[in-house]
Amino acid sequence: MDDVAVPPFERFYLEHRDAVFAFLGRRLGREGAEDAFQETFLRALRGYQSLRHGRELRAWVFTIAARVVVDEHRRRPRQTPTDRVDAGTTEDGRPAYAELEDLTNELPATERAAVVLRYGYDLTYTDIAVALGSTEAAARQAASSGVRRLRRKGIAHDIQHRLD
Amino acid sequence: MTFSTVSTDLDRRFREAASAEGLLDVAYDLVDTPIGPLLVAVTDRGLCRVSFDPEPEREAESLAQSYGLRVLRASRPLDTARRELDEYFAGRRHTFDLTTDLRIEAPFRSAVLEELARVPYGATTTYGELARRAGRPRAARAVGVVMNRNPIPIVLPCHRVVGANGALVGYGGGLDRKEALLRLEGVLA
Repeated sequence: MDDVAVPPFERFYLEHRDAVFAFLGRRLGREGAEDAFQETFLRALRGYQSLRHGRELRAWVFTIAARVVVDEHRRRPRQTPTDRVDAGTTEDGRPAYAELEDLTNELPATERAAVVLRYGYDLTYTDIAVALGSTEAAARQAASSGVRRLRRKGIAHDIQHRLD
Repeated sequence: MTFSTVSTDLDRRFREAASAEGLLDVAYDLVDTPIGPLLVAVTDRGLCRVSFDPEPEREAESLAQSYGLRVLRASRPLDTARRELDEYFAGRRHTFDLTTDLRIEAPFRSAVLEELARVPYGATTTYGELARRAGRPRAARAVGVVMNRNPIPIVLPCHRVVGANGALVGYGGGLDRKEALLRLEGVLA
């Protein structure tokens, strides 16, 4: 099947803005969500030209939003009212999401998104389901088959501490 | 959840920031005029499109194909175009100072469109005359096609081009609009 074309940014933005904003609201509270919303879509705009296809764009923008949340928590750790998350760092000091994004490069897009969002950014399966446009059960399924695939490739060993 | 949708204000702020940071390939917006709403689009090089009876979604697709994917509706980048169009429709502006972006047009088309831009307010010319000025005297019919697909009507005044016998002939936005524009400019009573 042909690759899905990347839509004009306007359409991408209209399709995903409410889901992204709701996610940011759950993580950062209303005020934090407003700044983070703008930052998320500005980052998406900066990276938009390098997209090779239009599949899994919601997962893609959730990855960006999740990273903005991590940055926001780092910037002002005391001002975050809800659901504080520490996405953690690896032994060499790289953030967990960065390491996972490299190591999961070869997974199918949906599994990769599920693994990165779950283990790199510590998202709940409810949020991952929104990011993938699927059900919670399907999100769990995608994450666990992604992990199985990583194990078969012997990659999971490197990130065992994140996957357990 | 009481705040799960993006407010109008937040939406506007994002669109402004995106254009202020120079991240857009194309910004477009709708502009109200006496001959109906127009979709007007600009790139960093200038005005690239004016459309009658706009269907923004289809238009965004076509702008993305021509100029790049980062197409966003945003009001501020269109301020100058909106002001000049307002002045034109109020009869206070006879020439547009807007620059145009014709980079996607083939050489013959842009030669014709550049000649078209020189046809003054309140005057008319013919397809044959415009063909002659563009260096292709026998291409009157081809000029007609270029007029029909003019990406920037009104500002590039294809409404001022009429048949050899003075008949209005045709207009991409419909003959009613051609008549209205020529009446505004005092060509028709």
